Amino acid sequence: MKELKLMKGNEAIAEAAIRAGADGYFGYPITPQSEVLEYLMAEKPHERTGMIVLQAESEIAAINMVYGGAACGRKVFTSSSSPGISLKQEGLSYIAGAELPCLVVNVVRGGPGLGTIQPAQSDYFQATKGGGHGDYRLIVLAPASVQEMADFVELGFDLAFKYRNPAMILTDGALGQMMEKVWLREHKPRMTEFPAWATTGKTPDRERNIITSLDLDSARQEEFNLKLQAKYNKMGEEEVRYEMTDCDDAEFLLVAYGTSARICQKAVQLARKKGIRAGLLRPITLFPFPKKPLKEMASRLKGILSVEMSTGQMVEDVLLAVNGQVRVEHYGRMGGIIPSPDEIADVLEHKFTGGKNYE
Amino acid sequence: MNDNLSNADIVKCENLVYKRSPVMTDNVMHYCPGCGHGTAHQIIAEVIEEMDIQAETIGITPVGCAVLMYNYLDIDMQEAAHGRAPALATAVKRLMPEKYVFTYQGDGDLAAIGTAETIHACNRGENIAIFFINNGIYGMTGGQMAPTTLPNMRSSTSPYGRDVEMMGNPLRITELVAQLPGTYYVTRQAVHTPTYVRKTKKAVRRAFENQKLKKGLSLVEIVSNCNSGWKMSPVQANKWMVDNMFPFYPPGDIKLEGKMLSKD
Repeated sequence: MKELKLMKGNEAIAEAAIRAGADGYFGYPITPQSEVLEYLMAEKPHERTGMIVLQAESEIAAINMVYGGAACGRKVFTSSSSPGISLKQEGLSYIAGAELPCLVVNVVRGGPGLGTIQPAQSDYFQATKGGGHGDYRLIVLAPASVQEMADFVELGFDLAFKYRNPAMILTDGALGQMMEKVWLREHKPRMTEFPAWATTGKTPDRERNIITSLDLDSARQEEFNLKLQAKYNKMGEEEVRYEMTDCDDAEFLLVAYGTSARICQKAVQLARKKGIRAGLLRPITLFPFPKKPLKEMASRLKGILSVEMSTGQMVEDVLLAVNGQVRVEHYGRMGGIIPSPDEIADVLEHKFTGGKNYE
Repeated sequence: MNDNLSNADIVKCENLVYKRSPVMTDNVMHYCPGCGHGTAHQIIAEVIEEMDIQAETIGITPVGCAVLMYNYLDIDMQEAAHGRAPALATAVKRLMPEKYVFTYQGDGDLAAIGTAETIHACNRGENIAIFFINNGIYGMTGGQMAPTTLPNMRSSTSPYGRDVEMMGNPLRITELVAQLPGTYYVTRQAVHTPTYVRKTKKAVRRAFENQKLKKGLSLVEIVSNCNSGWKMSPVQANKWMVDNMFPFYPPGDIKLEGKMLSKD
């Protein structure tokens, strides 16, 4: 049954996974995402749907449990925050190399190193450019509300299985910790039939299934790399998701995702009060990145401001998309500081229309 | 063999003493002549065949010499990252508790980089089997020092012998995990003689059968040679193994039915 609840973003992810028919979750505590594991342990999904939940000995073990479960064709996921996600990169590379579907949630906190436990968006490069070794990509979804935290669990699983590729929800400590009302979908039954490639036991009617990322033959390995690239290109054609606000008459465009995008929505209103015709493009998929709408809009814009809680990572994808057609600037706050709408509106005003220098 | 047997007699079914298990594939093995991996693979295949569990068995291969084990066993297999096989096996077993799940790991994989995964899978009492090949060296990468390399034993990264003052002591991880409440059966065997092959086969069979009991993890260590890495002939390597490895890694059961066997 569909239900309306007031929940933390982290809890919404956990509840949405049970309702999406997930088979297993493997986690390890780290602030600010521990509520995912805590909620699941308290909720006993084994009794509700048969889903298993296990606290692993490390983030490394957790992602490798995800590997093992995904290789059985099961809907499995893990969550962590930045330092823990770094530990998972080896596993993610193997999972991508073995072409397995799974979902990974990164509730980002500031870095580098142990950094801070406050929200940040400084893992964009890691999430969208591969993260681990070798040429691979994740499908990266960036929610901007608790509702989307819940909705993107099912979307992430669907895309992961469609492409046999790991998907990531890239969110942050603010969205993970904030409470909002959220519509939860009715329970979707867990799978009873599994993909043909899954290691479920070699029955006499089929060849054995081998899940591996190894191929020592250079020609075949190159062919495999090209196959992955073709898959990523197809994602670029079919899976780009974004949202535009006040873009029809916009002269200046803010580009922001997640928490930053929420703040930029208000900043657009404030800028318009100042007489600046601002709009907002919110990438929902960070990989594949919405290059096309940016490229199409570029020639009629006077400037683009990429707003991120980082030193400027997504701005590189914005620059590549517009390819010099329009001036692109970046504004970011770091270390767990969330910019205010006024601050962003002022920066937009001063960077592009003169006035106080914010550099 | 009886000298009186003619060729015609040899092919008679009743004179058959050894055959390739149908759970083995036709693929040519990459292992060095004299290596124990092939024998260990055959033992596992024979047990799967005899228990008739080919359709219910999922194996996890390591990184190291046995990385390509999936080419040789005709069962569903997953190839793990270095040391992580017990984590994969944990998930496979928990998601499909009715299946038989095993990992096959070398000493570098299980006792160095994968120590945490090994100990915690054992401690949680996962109902899986771990087959652990200990040859005291990193074979695939060319004979480097392993966590199990003996004191004063030479390897390419301990070219003057393992200096325990500088490089630490070899790790008896099998004795270590036997202490954990989650292990139900822990044994150490070998595959260099027919007698040991038979003993190892019994141990492997028990490790598979134990999974039905749901009483914890079974670990079968197989002390083996690495004649290439040890720079010896296969025969010399087996002799060296008995003379040097066995005193430090003595064959025999360590824990049976959840109880430590007393040393006397």
